Amino acid sequence: MNEPLAASDTSQAIVSPTLETRPETAATPAKIAIRNLDFFYGDNRALKAINLNLPERQVTGMIGPSGCGKSTLLRCLNRMYDLYPGQRASGEAMMDGQNIVDPKVDLNALRSRIGMVFQKPTPFPMSIYENIAFGVKLHEKLSKAQMDERVEWSLSRAALWEEAKDRLNSPAGGLSGGQQQRLCIARSIAVRPEVILFDEPTSALDPISTLKVEELIDELKRDFTIAIVTHNMQQAARCADRVAFFYLGEMVEVGTAAQMFTSPREVRTQQYITGRFS
Amino acid sequence: MPENAEHIVKSYEQDLKRLRDMITEMGGMVESQVASACTAILQRDRAAAAHAIESDAKVDAREHEIEQYVIRLLALRQPVAGDLRQIVSALKSTGDLERIGDYAANVAKRSLVLEQYSLRYAATGLAHMASLVQENLKRIIDAVGADDPNKAMQVWRSDEAIDEIYNALFRELVTYMMEDPRNITPCTHLLFIAKNLERIGDHATNIAETVYYAVTGTPLTDARPKGDLSSYAVVKPVGE
Repeated sequence: MNEPLAASDTSQAIVSPTLETRPETAATPAKIAIRNLDFFYGDNRALKAINLNLPERQVTGMIGPSGCGKSTLLRCLNRMYDLYPGQRASGEAMMDGQNIVDPKVDLNALRSRIGMVFQKPTPFPMSIYENIAFGVKLHEKLSKAQMDERVEWSLSRAALWEEAKDRLNSPAGGLSGGQQQRLCIARSIAVRPEVILFDEPTSALDPISTLKVEELIDELKRDFTIAIVTHNMQQAARCADRVAFFYLGEMVEVGTAAQMFTSPREVRTQQYITGRFS
Repeated sequence: MPENAEHIVKSYEQDLKRLRDMITEMGGMVESQVASACTAILQRDRAAAAHAIESDAKVDAREHEIEQYVIRLLALRQPVAGDLRQIVSALKSTGDLERIGDYAANVAKRSLVLEQYSLRYAATGLAHMASLVQENLKRIIDAVGADDPNKAMQVWRSDEAIDEIYNALFRELVTYMMEDPRNITPCTHLLFIAKNLERIGDHATNIAETVYYAVTGTPLTDARPKGDLSSYAVVKPVGE
């Protein structure tokens, strides 16, 4: 006797193939595990007991309204706040067994492991070549040939080599805004960090340059763990494997980009990403 | 923050409201089309049949209009989360409503053919089925208008009763056909009519699933009992 055919269940088919190719994050080990992290600007508690994992070789997007603490968190992760008196962090941000916010951490060593790219391109007033070589020289002693190789590697990984190879000795200031930002990314990866932090990396760029940087981030996550702060929600949806929503110093919700942008669990997330927020 | 805060961009809020209005309005059109089709078949009402048949073109046009509107919203507003679910749900529901309209028109056309037969078969069963289908359709359109997942769930669950009547009608009509081959023509039309009503019920449950997902963000995954078993019915040929 024939078995009745099983009724097809269309409700299961809501995940598109491209979303499925994104690896399940729960199984990916955390490169940085943030636990109960507080941050203070003087008496102002800007981060409140943040718990968040940055999974290894994945892109974690951070979104939220201005002043919600997302950039502050990014700045905690490479100890930018050490430059300013009255600012301090407590709690844990563990990377390979070391607490990043421990005052005893060697900052130079830390920053060679955690690179940062800022909102506006910040090339040094020197040649393209020297922009890359400058940071490398602080950490490694390389021969001329090795340095040439490192510069080419970094520029290639930052998708700038073809455009810059014939003008390596020209001033970096002569590059376009988008090229300058890719130069800054090349400069960050030249010291072979393990983590790259992007703080609004495309907010000063035109749409095509923005897409190039996004494509680059997608390439870079094969080798690096990436955190990106962005005000552009579509960008978080496009780039990030996981997205965390911050509000008033708290991390409200974290989930896969697909989950956050189709079915956020928290009302505040839903209201923020759909533009119902005051 | 209130649960139902308005969008910062007022025109976006208006766009979403307009989409909801378009869908409920189309729902109303289809509801009245199905009501006419049921009147046509149960009361042999030619005017009602004509109304159901003529409405079909308007329903199709409305579906097209909603599709265009959804595409425009997706392109211009780039919706996410609840907005995205609502907009995509409108696209799905409009397709289901259009199919319901087709079935209603088909029922109405068959009612005109059936006029020439004096025999009334299965009238009680059909009347009962028609009233259940109309009730479900009304409830699901209310659920769409009110974003009510509980009402959607009720519709989803109550489709089983419609399937049961359909199975009973199927057996009844097959029996009439076996009794006298002259019954075959009217009973075949009645069978198609019953099937069309059953399919209307199925599309109402599709809309129920869509509404539930749009509002809650979680799909209805319980296995709903599939009640139309007529595909597996075995009719022994006479004499064996």
